[in-house]
Amino acid sequence: MKSYLFVLRKPLHSGACVQEMLDIILTAAAFDQPVSLLLLDDAVFHLKQGQQPAGIGMRDTAAMFKVLELYDVKAVYIEAESLHERGLVVQDLFLPVRPVGRAGIAALIATFDVVFAG
Amino acid sequence: MFLTPRFTMKFAIQVNASPYQSDAGRLAYRFILAVLAQGHEVFRVFFYHDGIYHAFKYAVPPDDECAYPALWSALAAQHHIDLVVCISAAQRRGLLSAGESLRQGKRDDDLAEGFRISGLGQLVEATLLADRFIVFG
Repeated sequence: MKSYLFVLRKPLHSGACVQEMLDIILTAAAFDQPVSLLLLDDAVFHLKQGQQPAGIGMRDTAAMFKVLELYDVKAVYIEAESLHERGLVVQDLFLPVRPVGRAGIAALIATFDVVFAG
Repeated sequence: MFLTPRFTMKFAIQVNASPYQSDAGRLAYRFILAVLAQGHEVFRVFFYHDGIYHAFKYAVPPDDECAYPALWSALAAQHHIDLVVCISAAQRRGLLSAGESLRQGKRDDDLAEGFRISGLGQLVEATLLADRFIVFG
């Protein structure tokens, strides 16, 4: 068994990247491996409440993040500064998250066996 | 000539960028050669995201440019490396093997020699089996 961290940095609907990362996340979780996520930069918008992607003909990726809990995803970490710089607070998000300060990000990443960056 | 390292490691590699999007694929290829030259093992390369464009058999670059699919095919044949293309990433981008296109009711045969199409389970399995898992792109 290995621990997995998936680092997302891109905003919603930026190509197929996030969709395809979610597919790896769900596959790793289906292998019964401990999986965590870290959202940095514009990736914090993924968890913002009140998304209406149908209006621009895009897939509802928020729905995919909501099923992560069913897959036993252990933790969703979010960089506190990324959130703050975009005028967001944790109450704006639809998933429970663990805020981590920018200074603590490297130490957090170092605790995982396998890191996927996207 | 191969050097004999004090210990050998098993490497798995992931390639995420297309040949003309960045040099990630070329760096991965050269990294693999370096790893093999040190006597380590590379057992699988997984092509994901736009990395699947490395597997198109009918890519025809000009003669004085690098033909990546052929490079990978030769590498796989010479060193018995498992080249796996993610099925969902490939289907999104129109890369279909002969068998896959038959199942989809289409006529196509895009997969270069030495590559195979499979699922993300092969990627996760590779990360579990590897001593080192390196992502390019």
